[in-house]
Amino acid sequence: MATAVDTTPAPAHDGIVVGAPPIVDITALRKSYGSNEVLKGIDLKVQKGEVVAIIGKSGSGKSTLLRCVNGLEVFQEGALSVNGKKLMHDSPTAMRELRQQVGMIFQGFNLFPHLSVGRNIMLAPTLVKSRDAATAAAQARKLLDRVGLAEKFDAMPDQLSGGQQQRVAIARALAMEPQVLLCDEITSALDPELVGEVLRVVESLALEGMTLMMVTHEMAFARKVSDRVIFMHQGRVHETGTPAELFGHPRTPELRQFLSSLHD
Amino acid sequence: MVEFSLWDILRNLLMAARWTVSLSLIAFIGGGLVGLLLLVLRLSRVRGTGRLIGAYVQVFQGTPLLMQLFLAYFGIALFGIKTSPWTAAAVALTLYTSAYLTEIWRGCVASIPKGQWEAAQSLALNFGEQLRHVVLPQALRIAVPPTVGFLVQVIKGTALASVIGFVELTKAGSMISNATYQPFLVYACVALLYFVLCFPVSLVAQSLERKLHGNRS
Repeated sequence: MATAVDTTPAPAHDGIVVGAPPIVDITALRKSYGSNEVLKGIDLKVQKGEVVAIIGKSGSGKSTLLRCVNGLEVFQEGALSVNGKKLMHDSPTAMRELRQQVGMIFQGFNLFPHLSVGRNIMLAPTLVKSRDAATAAAQARKLLDRVGLAEKFDAMPDQLSGGQQQRVAIARALAMEPQVLLCDEITSALDPELVGEVLRVVESLALEGMTLMMVTHEMAFARKVSDRVIFMHQGRVHETGTPAELFGHPRTPELRQFLSSLHD
Repeated sequence: MVEFSLWDILRNLLMAARWTVSLSLIAFIGGGLVGLLLLVLRLSRVRGTGRLIGAYVQVFQGTPLLMQLFLAYFGIALFGIKTSPWTAAAVALTLYTSAYLTEIWRGCVASIPKGQWEAAQSLALNFGEQLRHVVLPQALRIAVPPTVGFLVQVIKGTALASVIGFVELTKAGSMISNATYQPFLVYACVALLYFVLCFPVSLVAQSLERKLHGNRS
């Protein structure tokens, strides 16, 4: 079996600072549901500006790993820190600090249905960062413009298509000015013709230097956008490398099998 | 023999109905506040509270309101505190209402998708903010019909307070019918007055429901 863990930073390119402390630092992380261990010792360091794609079969633990990064899942062993802030489940203040560093976008969008698009984006900055309404609204309009939905400020979420809702969710996450953005299969619930508009937004974020960790089934996208691909298998980081290495020259039979199963 | 006109009967019943209204209001407001507190405690997942509140709910749902009134009336007296029927009825109905409301509302909160909590959490909202700005506004919309339905039950439930000697609408009705020997007429008036109290509550609920849903689009 190939080395299960690779802690060397990805090859340097624009925006990635090699040698700097990692922005996401995961050490020996283990998580189980009851007696079922789903993450069996994960070591992963993500540099600022790096785009990491996590691939693998369903049940390989990739979504769980992502959800550990902002504390949606509680892990039993190991350590995790984001931008130097340690994740401590028992401390609400520490969690609030950490979650301001990490934005998350979900498969199911999870917009707040009782709030307009604009209010969805303004909610967290006004509550958590104590912005006044005018500043928050101006920021929300700017972000909506960035994701191509400038005219939807007053619309309600259920008036939007899935692709539009997901773009609003991205704007909502960006409003907190996170250091890292977690994307959990963000196009899996979309009709095929709507996938492109969401991926284009994510790609533009990657180009602007946003640190991204994304669990994805869009292999072509992962190949195009990411600096590093992580293949997870049975709760471990099974193989990792640049997209060219991983997709071009898979070293382990598990990855080869996974990749060939996608073409069937 | 003294003759009682219909107006005499109605007038006396109306006087007593004030107490039915007061008792209902106390049960609504007190029960609502206690119920909300219990709901928040339960949702905060402080160790042990879930089971404790669950047991509290079961006790009040599993025993007749009549027994609860008796127990409140005679039970509080056991501790050496002098209770009036008024206090006992107010306490019993408040606790009874709180147990039902907290359970109804818990169901409404549980029907909000988990993703809403997770989205709120990942935006760094604290527990109170998640509840106040994300979950409760959505739960409220679902909660209106069952809550109002239950409040109508409470208004009618106050009738049971008559058994511990509290003079509200029903007790007044039986006293008047004893004096007038016109039980059918008197109780018909009593029933009518209950209807007059309950019907507007249902109407308000309907308009509230429309308004809350109107927000949506």
